[in-house]
Amino acid sequence: MATAETGIGKAAKRKEDRRFLTGEGRYTDDIDLPGQVYACFLRSPHAHARINRIDTGPAREAPGVVAVYTGDDLAADGVGGIPCGWQITDVDGQPMKEPAHPALAQGKVRYVGDQVAVVIAESYHQAKDAAERIDVDYDILDAVVSPAEALEEGRPQVHDEAPGNQCYVWELGDGDAVDDAFNRAAHVTRLDLVNQRLAPNAIEPRAAVASYSRGEDQYTLYTTSQNPHVTRLLMSAFVLNLPEHKVRVVAPDVGGGFGSKIFHYAEEAVLTWASRKVGRPIKWTAERVESFMSDAHGRDHVTHAELAMDDSGKFLGMRVNTKANLGAYLSTFAPSVPTILYGTLLAGQYTTPAIHCRVTGVFTNTAPVDAYRGAGRPEATYVVERLVSAAAREMGMDQAEIRRRNFIPRDAFPYQTPVALTYDVGDYDATLTEAMRMADVDGFEARRKEAQARGKYRGIGYSTYIEACGLAPSNIAGALGARAGLFEAGEVRLHPTGKVTVFTGSHSHGQGHETTFAQIVASRLGVPYEDVDVVHGDTDRIAFGMGTYGSRSLAVGGSAIMKALDKVIDKGRKIAAHMLEAAEQDIEYDDGTYRVAGTDKEISMGEIAFSAYVPHNYPLEQLEPGLDENAFYDPTNFTYPAGSHICEVEVDPDTGKVEVVNFTAVDDFGNVINPMIVEGQVHGGLAQGIGQALLEQCIYDPDSGQLVTGTYMDYIMPRADDLPSFRVGTQNTPCTHNPLGVKGCGEAGTIGSPPAVIDAIIDALSPLGVRHLDMPATPVRVWQAIQDAQGSRAA
Amino acid sequence: MNVSLTVNGKAVSAEVEPRTLLVEFLRDELGLTGTHVGCDTGQCGACTVHLDGRAVKACSVLVGQADGAEVLTIEGLAGEDGSLHPMQAAFHEQHGLQCGFCTPGMVMAAIDLVRSYPGASDTTIRAQLEGNLCRCTGYENIVRAVRTGAANMEAQ
Ligand code: FES
Ligand code: FES
Repeated sequence: MATAETGIGKAAKRKEDRRFLTGEGRYTDDIDLPGQVYACFLRSPHAHARINRIDTGPAREAPGVVAVYTGDDLAADGVGGIPCGWQITDVDGQPMKEPAHPALAQGKVRYVGDQVAVVIAESYHQAKDAAERIDVDYDILDAVVSPAEALEEGRPQVHDEAPGNQCYVWELGDGDAVDDAFNRAAHVTRLDLVNQRLAPNAIEPRAAVASYSRGEDQYTLYTTSQNPHVTRLLMSAFVLNLPEHKVRVVAPDVGGGFGSKIFHYAEEAVLTWASRKVGRPIKWTAERVESFMSDAHGRDHVTHAELAMDDSGKFLGMRVNTKANLGAYLSTFAPSVPTILYGTLLAGQYTTPAIHCRVTGVFTNTAPVDAYRGAGRPEATYVVERLVSAAAREMGMDQAEIRRRNFIPRDAFPYQTPVALTYDVGDYDATLTEAMRMADVDGFEARRKEAQARGKYRGIGYSTYIEACGLAPSNIAGALGARAGLFEAGEVRLHPTGKVTVFTGSHSHGQGHETTFAQIVASRLGVPYEDVDVVHGDTDRIAFGMGTYGSRSLAVGGSAIMKALDKVIDKGRKIAAHMLEAAEQDIEYDDGTYRVAGTDKEISMGEIAFSAYVPHNYPLEQLEPGLDENAFYDPTNFTYPAGSHICEVEVDPDTGKVEVVNFTAVDDFGNVINPMIVEGQVHGGLAQGIGQALLEQCIYDPDSGQLVTGTYMDYIMPRADDLPSFRVGTQNTPCTHNPLGVKGCGEAGTIGSPPAVIDAIIDALSPLGVRHLDMPATPVRVWQAIQDAQGSRAA
Repeated sequence: MNVSLTVNGKAVSAEVEPRTLLVEFLRDELGLTGTHVGCDTGQCGACTVHLDGRAVKACSVLVGQADGAEVLTIEGLAGEDGSLHPMQAAFHEQHGLQCGFCTPGMVMAAIDLVRSYPGASDTTIRAQLEGNLCRCTGYENIVRAVRTGAANMEAQ
């Protein structure tokens, strides 16, 4: 039943916890198949090189080796390249440049970590030892790693097909209207911003186990994926040319994704192909250093942005010019991230009437860049909120006041922005007011003084962000270049005993779908929460699915389940009408019980389910037996979670060390099914956002193109003692266009927090003359900014 | 080489290559896949187990070094009747896990932490969990879970 502990809106404890807490979770690397052998990928040690020759002879003779394959072997079997799932159209109407992305290198390597060959052996150690015996004759070429440099004249060319390393130039918005706004402006704020490259770093490294059954002519791939059906489709139709129904892809327990496990990776295709060649199951698990080299990275933008205002601080126009690093090859959704998921978000929470955005997608000799938690929206928020905070400082306005003056008012929804989106609902003033209350903004000046007495500089920073989630209406996505639909599928199966299995195309890799979806289904069907199990992650068990990313599981996947529930309840009504000998329109349904209106004649969902499978007293002439319904849900709009984040930092001016002392996040997620899970999502997102602001950064050596940050010693991940205790709250306005009224909460923390942190530091150091900082605000960088500001003051 | 050790209360012995890590032995030899591997430089803590009662990173110990020792893994924590260890229960109660990949290591580290620092403050808990990475939770609920787990363990 919808009980006090497990109903909608209740903090039900998670169903999935027990297996994870007892070591019974089943992640890809935990799966061993009989006769299994192991793969090790030989990766390029160079950022850019021509391959003259690969001698695999010595490797083949090494102990335990079963097979060694290179790009030539794949080509001989007609294996295709790794496809890109999104096509951006250039400003001049031409499709983006889309160079081939071979699963194993063909003729050239283009980044450190590019796959060159695969060795398959009886043990992983043997495969790794043998890989070292492969002799590759390289001509090392000059490399380019920064997007700004890659666009300059005379730089190394990553692909012959993309002259000047340019993949596309994309524009959005009315440039003339923006020019006009800037001409009228009383004040213009200008910023040059770097949004640094990040490594997603799910703690579970990518892994795959592939097998082929000759008897059934059937492939099975276990893989660390956020969307197994998409992987199956891309791999079978575009890479391996296999009949889709002969390929089963299973994403079992997956240890975090954050975007990096959305994409179809070369290793998956190579393993699946090779499993048939060698006739044995093959396992591959990335070492962490391989994850750093070969998982798709995130962010990596260089941006010049300008905001025009009138003399009251009212925004008139915004101009944004971004160079976005796409890496060496186009990963699955890469082209869409710095465009569709970025430019469209530049209105933020504000009424800025004219916005123009120009994005140049750039190839470099680095790992592919694709969606990482937030994907495009953190980059947009960072631009907008840094501009707004800088504008307030320049205009001498209060940070809350400048925002309030420009918020889209509560009564203006639905609101059409100048950058394509129509926000359905929101109340930005309410979230800001609540965040300021929770953050005790009134007490800040006293805290600042107290810190000063201790020799610390204390500052406060704001970020009032918007995101577009619940990806996405398929027709809109299609018009914007998506090569796939973005609906979701769900199935609700009642068993004869009234127990329920739910099948969802969403995939949980930490989000707790087994709990949240069960709460919805149990509440709607009036059955015990314990009697509902949720199945995900297996193409053989679930009809179809687009998977989990873009905070879409509940808004899209949950809505598909709601639609399936409606079908179940409707069919149940027909069965009930027959059994209760009443007209269908007289049957009322509530909380698991069908009742003849105005009478005490009733029947439970459990009895209906039994009767559907034992149809003795059943309207067989009009109705099929069984109670198992599936549904597809395609949203009509994005959802628009929004919120206010307020960060307080203390900076030690002698060391440059920044401590986040308070962090408050008040978000509008629409209706909340499980507040405990939502809070957890926010916490995790904040950690990643604060990690970006203070610690994390992928660094490639600008000359050699070597990845400098390939271990946890060089790439600084947030640890427990780097983070504060968070204050989080919600102020919700239900989404107007999906049946649950939900918006999604998975990315909010990562999207909203970085500018709040950086602006808190700038606020803290503004008495010293610091006006700007780039992420990550490491002690060295902060200390240097203080020295520079002091130096220029003295001068 | 031959090693003999006690794992989760059971005596095991096996012929192993000298370079075998304790974590490889647990996962590949004994099928105890609850102990995870998240890095190759001893820095994520996903592989944390107890060796003679103290938390160690099983990726940084050769199985030979555990010869004759007692090893406790996440699989050995719950009672015979399936009842969760107080620290496991606390992680469930406080939503101290999301994807679950760091969880076995976190729980093992947390139990050692509570024994070494009875009544630990949040600051101490955060400092002592420094060797365990979690990418999902932001640590907030892990800290709460360790606090609750400490109280639960004391109450037992
Ligand atoms: S696996 Fe990362 S510390 Fe042992
Ligand atoms: S719960 Fe996913 S890494 Fe900690």
